[in-house]
Parts: sequence; structure tokens; C-alpha cells
Amino acid sequence: MDNMGLGIIFEGNNLLRLLGGLWITIKISFISVFVSIFLGIILGMIMTVNSRIIRVITKIYLEFMRITPQLVLLFVIYFGATKVFGIDIDGQTSAFIVFILWGTAEMGDLVRGAILSIPKHQFESGTALALKKHQVYLYIIIPQTIRRLIPQAINLTTRMIKTTSLIVMIGVVEVLKVGQQIIEANRYTAPDAALWIYGVIFFLYFIVCYPISKAATILEKKWASN
Amino acid sequence: MKKITKKLFSAVLALTLAFAVGCSNNEGSSKSENSGSKAAYRTVQEIKDSGKIKIGVFSDKNPFGYIDSDGKYQGYDVYFAERIGKDLGVEIEYISVEPASRVEYLETAKVDIILANFTVTDERKEKVDFALPYMKVALGVVSNDNNLITDVKQLEGKKLIVAKGTTAETYFSQNHPEIELLKFDQYTETFNALIDGRGDALSTDNTEVLAWALQNEGFTVGIDSIGAIDTIAPAVTKGNTDLLNWINDEIKALAEEEFFHKGFEETLKPVYGDAVKPENLVVEGGIVE
Repeated sequence: MDNMGLGIIFEGNNLLRLLGGLWITIKISFISVFVSIFLGIILGMIMTVNSRIIRVITKIYLEFMRITPQLVLLFVIYFGATKVFGIDIDGQTSAFIVFILWGTAEMGDLVRGAILSIPKHQFESGTALALKKHQVYLYIIIPQTIRRLIPQAINLTTRMIKTTSLIVMIGVVEVLKVGQQIIEANRYTAPDAALWIYGVIFFLYFIVCYPISKAATILEKKWASN
Repeated sequence: MKKITKKLFSAVLALTLAFAVGCSNNEGSSKSENSGSKAAYRTVQEIKDSGKIKIGVFSDKNPFGYIDSDGKYQGYDVYFAERIGKDLGVEIEYISVEPASRVEYLETAKVDIILANFTVTDERKEKVDFALPYMKVALGVVSNDNNLITDVKQLEGKKLIVAKGTTAETYFSQNHPEIELLKFDQYTETFNALIDGRGDALSTDNTEVLAWALQNEGFTVGIDSIGAIDTIAPAVTKGNTDLLNWINDEIKALAEEEFFHKGFEETLKPVYGDAVKPENLVVEGGIVE
């Protein structure tokens, strides 16, 4: 009986399956985060434009993404698109779409805040140096924005990684679901497996998220000393 | 701000309407429905031509649908699914479903059949088409061996533990008001209460109490079938009569070889042992006595 729970992890393909699940989690969250950061910076810049219509449209988009639970968004894309338009989108693609839409909205708002926090004279000095508008952004504003963004962006990234556990609802089996499958498969032979499996999953999430926040701290320190 | 709220509201409204339209398309007669609802189900011939059938099963409900350590689907539901694939002569693509998403999977025709311990209810019948049942569940009552309860009459004046919102709660409060009920929010709490002796007996789905009694020495299921019998059946997309008829014919044909008894032996017996008589769970040929 002792160490039965731990033994389950090494039984058959269990460990491989857990790592396979982790790979799905990493793939979906990392690609979504990467695309979201890129699109979010663009959206953030658009949100600072001095036009009422653009501000209203982006605000609606942002609030919609923020208010709607991610689970509902997943259902809307995965099942809703098929019901209403007859488009059959597979689970992983739906997950990418939802996470990119959500990530871009959140990231866009962070970028908007960061840009607005940059003193106005930075824009003006750039213009005074005869830089074109895109040059002001590219060389002066964006580099400063990104530095200010790091803490919140990391927060968003780890949140997105953890939220991927919802995609099981649309049939994509990720690390947490694999864990539950293993626990359930052994519920009669090793009832204490749950503790061990969840422990391993905790550890897997940790080794994914920790380096990210560590890297962020190093970057922040480095920039602060410059 | 007011303006934004208004626009947001209309956007949400528009989306809701779009859904309502999409959903209402699913109803109506079978022929027009297939073209009306954008999600098209597949007929038996179409499934055969594609060489693959998509079956939605549970991946974490041992012993009905789960994945073994080699990553293979196993269980009572899967045992039947395998046979369907074999008799259709097609490969099976299993899709891991959750209790809350089973109806949606059929409504959008993302699976051909749901074989995930799907209990037949009137509410669900409006949204999906159920085939003949292959299993039945009722309530069971488990109690301490020292004070074993084998008949409902023995419960009079005693405390019966139930979980809130379960069929057990409804059944006993409606049919046996003379029995005092001790209610808890969670399943684990109910079982702990029985171990502590806070109640004399506990009632929930018979499959659950039977499995639990096996793990916990000193407790036995004295009543293994009581209350209304619920049936469990395969389900297909509403209007897919072609596939529905095929499954019904299959279930009737399989009765001859007592297929579901074999399924019981292979998948449920290792778990329940002799504690469960197959007659209390298995349904052959779709006939529930």
C-alpha cells in the first residue's frame, strides 16, 4: 500500500501521457501569449488614438472579452460557430482563437495604460528631433512601454497558462485532465493516488511558470540598473 | 460611459439572438432540420464511407469510461462502442466528453454517438434522440454491518443520509416522509457521516454505494435497488433516425448472445465483484423489466 500512489505515475505510459498533456498546455498557452503580446501592442497603440469611434469599438471589444468567462468564449467558438454558421472548428484551433482574442484584449489594455503613463514630453521631444510618428513609437515609446509592461504581462502569461485547464471542456485533453484520468482509472486500486498526481501536476505547472517569472525579475533588475 | 454600456448591451443582445436563431433551427421535422441546422449529422452510409465513427465517451469515469495506464479507452460504455465500430466495419475515434458538454456535442454533430453513461430524461429527449437502453440505475442503501438495513421499513425512525439535489433526496422525501433525512452538500461528507455514525444508513445511486461498500469494510449494501429506475442509453443527434435505427437493431440483435452480460463480466465485475447482480444493472435488447 505504501507508495502505491507514487508508483501509479510510473505505471505504463502514465508519465509520458502527463508530459504529453503538459506539451498541449505549453503549446496552446505559449503560442497564444506570443501572438497576444504582438497584437496587444498594436491594439494598445490603436486605443490611444484620439478618435471617439475607435475608442468606443476597442472598449466594447475589451469589455466583452473581459466580462465573458473564458469557458463561455470556448463554447461560443467551438459549438456556437458550428450551430450558427456550420463551420466546424476543432478543439485546439478554438482554444487558440479564444486565448488569442482574450490575450490581445487584456494585453492591449495593459499596453494602453503603459503608453499613457509615459510622459508627454517624450513624444514631443521625439517630434522635435524631426522623427516621424512611427519612428517616435518604434525608438522611443515602445521600448519604454515594454519595460513598464513586464510585471503585468508576466502576470497575464501565467494566468493564461493556468486557464488552459478549461480547454478540456471542448475535448482537448491537457495535463490536468490526464491527471484526473489517471486518478479515476486507479480509484479502486489506489485511492490515495489523487494526492500524488496533483502533486506532480503542481510541480509541472511550477517548472513552467517559475522560469518565466524568474526571467522577468532578471530583466527588470537589469533595466533598472541601466 | 452610458453610450458604451448601451452599445455593449446591444452587442450582447445581437449575439444572443444569433444563438436563439441557431438553436431554434435544430428543432422541426427531420428532413428540413438537417439542412436548417448548419451542423449536419451523418447517416450510417456516410459513416461507413468515411471509414471512421466519432463516439463521445467519458475518460474519467471508472468503470464506465476511462483510460488505462497504456492510454487506451476502457469500461462498460467503451466495450459497447468497440462492438459498434466492429459491426459497422469502421475505425473508432474516441472523443473525451464532460457531463455538461454531452448535449452540445450531439447538437453540433461533432460526434456521431454519445456513449457516456447518458441517463435518459425528458428534458434531454427534447434535444437529442435516445436509442434503446443498455443499462439501468436505481438507488441503493448502504449501512453498517452491525445494524444492517435490508428493507425500507427498518428505516422508520432512523436517520438516512443523502446528498442534496440527488434523486435519493427527492425519492425519500416524496415517498417515505416517515424517514428522517440527514442532508449534506457534498458526496464525501455523506460517506464520512456514515462512517462517523451520524446516520444509520446512506442512499445514493446504487452503482456508487456498491463500489463504496467494497472499499470500506464493515459496510454492506442491504438494499441494492429501490426507487424509480433510470435508464442509460446511447444518444444521437436529434433527427438522425438512420443511425438511431441502426443502433436499436444492433442492441436487439446483441440480446441473443447476451452481449451486455459479457460487458458486465469484463468491465464491471472486476470492480463490483459479487456485490452486484448483473440483473440489477444490465439491460439486454432494450427491455427493462
